[in-house]
Amino acid sequence: MVENRPWLSFLTHLVLIAGVVIVVFPVYLAFIASTHGSGDFMRGLVPLLPGPHMLENYGRMLNEGISTAGAPPVSIMLMNSTIIAIVIAVGKIAISLLSAYAIVFFKFPFRLLAFWIIFITLMLPVEVRIIPTFAVVANLGLLNSYVGLTLPLIASATATFLFRQFFLTVPDELMEAARVDGAGPMKFFRDILIPLSRTNIAALFVILFIYGWVQYLWPLLVTTDSRYYTVVMGIKRLAATADAEPLWNLVMASVILAMLPPVLVVIFMQRLFVKGLVDTEK
Amino acid sequence: MQTKRTIFPNKLLPYALLAPQLAVTLIFFIWPAGQAVKSSFEREDPFGFRTTFIWFENYARLFSEPGYVNSLTKTAIFAISVTLLSMSLSLLLAVAVNRVIRTNRAYTTLLVWPYAVAPVVVGILWWFMFNPTIGIAPYLLRGLGISWNHRVDGTQAMILVVIAASWKQISYNFLFFVAGLQSVPQALNEAAAIDGAGPFKRFWTIVFPLLSPTTFFLLIVNINYAMFDTFGLIDATTNGGPNQATNILVYKVYADGFLGLNIGSSAAQSVVLMLIVIALTAIQFRYVERRVQY
Repeated sequence: MVENRPWLSFLTHLVLIAGVVIVVFPVYLAFIASTHGSGDFMRGLVPLLPGPHMLENYGRMLNEGISTAGAPPVSIMLMNSTIIAIVIAVGKIAISLLSAYAIVFFKFPFRLLAFWIIFITLMLPVEVRIIPTFAVVANLGLLNSYVGLTLPLIASATATFLFRQFFLTVPDELMEAARVDGAGPMKFFRDILIPLSRTNIAALFVILFIYGWVQYLWPLLVTTDSRYYTVVMGIKRLAATADAEPLWNLVMASVILAMLPPVLVVIFMQRLFVKGLVDTEK
Repeated sequence: MQTKRTIFPNKLLPYALLAPQLAVTLIFFIWPAGQAVKSSFEREDPFGFRTTFIWFENYARLFSEPGYVNSLTKTAIFAISVTLLSMSLSLLLAVAVNRVIRTNRAYTTLLVWPYAVAPVVVGILWWFMFNPTIGIAPYLLRGLGISWNHRVDGTQAMILVVIAASWKQISYNFLFFVAGLQSVPQALNEAAAIDGAGPFKRFWTIVFPLLSPTTFFLLIVNINYAMFDTFGLIDATTNGGPNQATNILVYKVYADGFLGLNIGSSAAQSVVLMLIVIALTAIQFRYVERRVQY
């Protein structure tokens, strides 16, 4: 701060508090709704203070789900989401490390072509090629499987670029020294390059875990079997029937449960999260 | 393209290293995209026995269809509103956080977590707040004499999805603006202050112009976000309604192709979307500096 202006400082805090209220309020309201009994929504206005039914609502959603809405217990969906988010994050990181390594540390015909093929994935999000991609996955017999849920999302231009960028900053002397000492390419990769990339890998993992967790359209297309539902798409089914029979308290309990894991990741790994975000620009 | 000064001499290993990434890319990205381009030039007979090559007929039909032109307009309104609303709020918050010293970590933590909330969940949160029967927002608006029902009123439906989509994007814009502000040299600010420029004048004549690379980068990213990452949000709040008032392009391509089973039209829509992403990506890589630097 250049000079001391008390009224401006006051205004600054006012703006920030208003911002925090705007950001937090919708979630606060959802949390409050999740602590009430279903009858409490009949009076025509959402309650603003917590009710006594929190444990009951959360327990019911975690263990039973709402069978009439075709939604399995949230605990199963949370498990699916966790598996899928981790597989996607680890898969993207693994294949991107390998391809970035090939592009930076080797010279071979069609290197540029390979780079461009990877680059093109940036321009083809699922949303713009829904039907043919669905057809490919259906023909491979991958509907309703973890492989079908994860494998088609695993290609990553962003991660490849990030690792390429980082590998280019690794001093040439490291590799020369490793070669003099008789290390082959895979040994150099495993024992020197991967340990050096640790921070980048961790930051990227945070971003990609969130990316995997919030996927909606793809799971919606490839799963019809409720055993493979992810929590983000399962909630939509609950909410859709809530129009007819508003079980607001239960819907909001699952909303809170679905938000919690990735939000906690952001809050507790904030430094890695910010690094990952700024590096990948994702 | 750049490599290392010294490289490994292996001939086959690099192909093996690239194989997994290229396999996934070719099978699940390039091939389906090619299929979409191909079927956008074809017509299938009603029983799916025969396909005829029909040049640009699908496209011609698409652009003469009022529903599609409407969708293009709605997408433009939606993307521009979300970008402006979210970016201006985020800039205000970022400038504010940049002024406070002791509490900025706490404020940042409280402002960044919506990044991790899925768009469809964001949709449900706002759908609940604006629910015409029990929502708190319609209740307050009634006090102001406004009757809120986004299930009937197209403008209100658009306002709802714009607010929800902007809310989610605040955290992202905020973080990039904070990073941009921190790289503005403090000496310039101090020099201007000594010359008698007040905080607002300093912001508009020094800080804001120096932020322009960040602003331009975020402009592209936000348009991209509003056009392609908001499918779940629309699906959870309005389903494109009422009367197609919020039927943006990504939602329409899904509804026409997957629910309406109109393959030719959906493929043509996919190709149009691809061209839009390609244009946005090209602008981003051609004109936007990768990092904010002076």
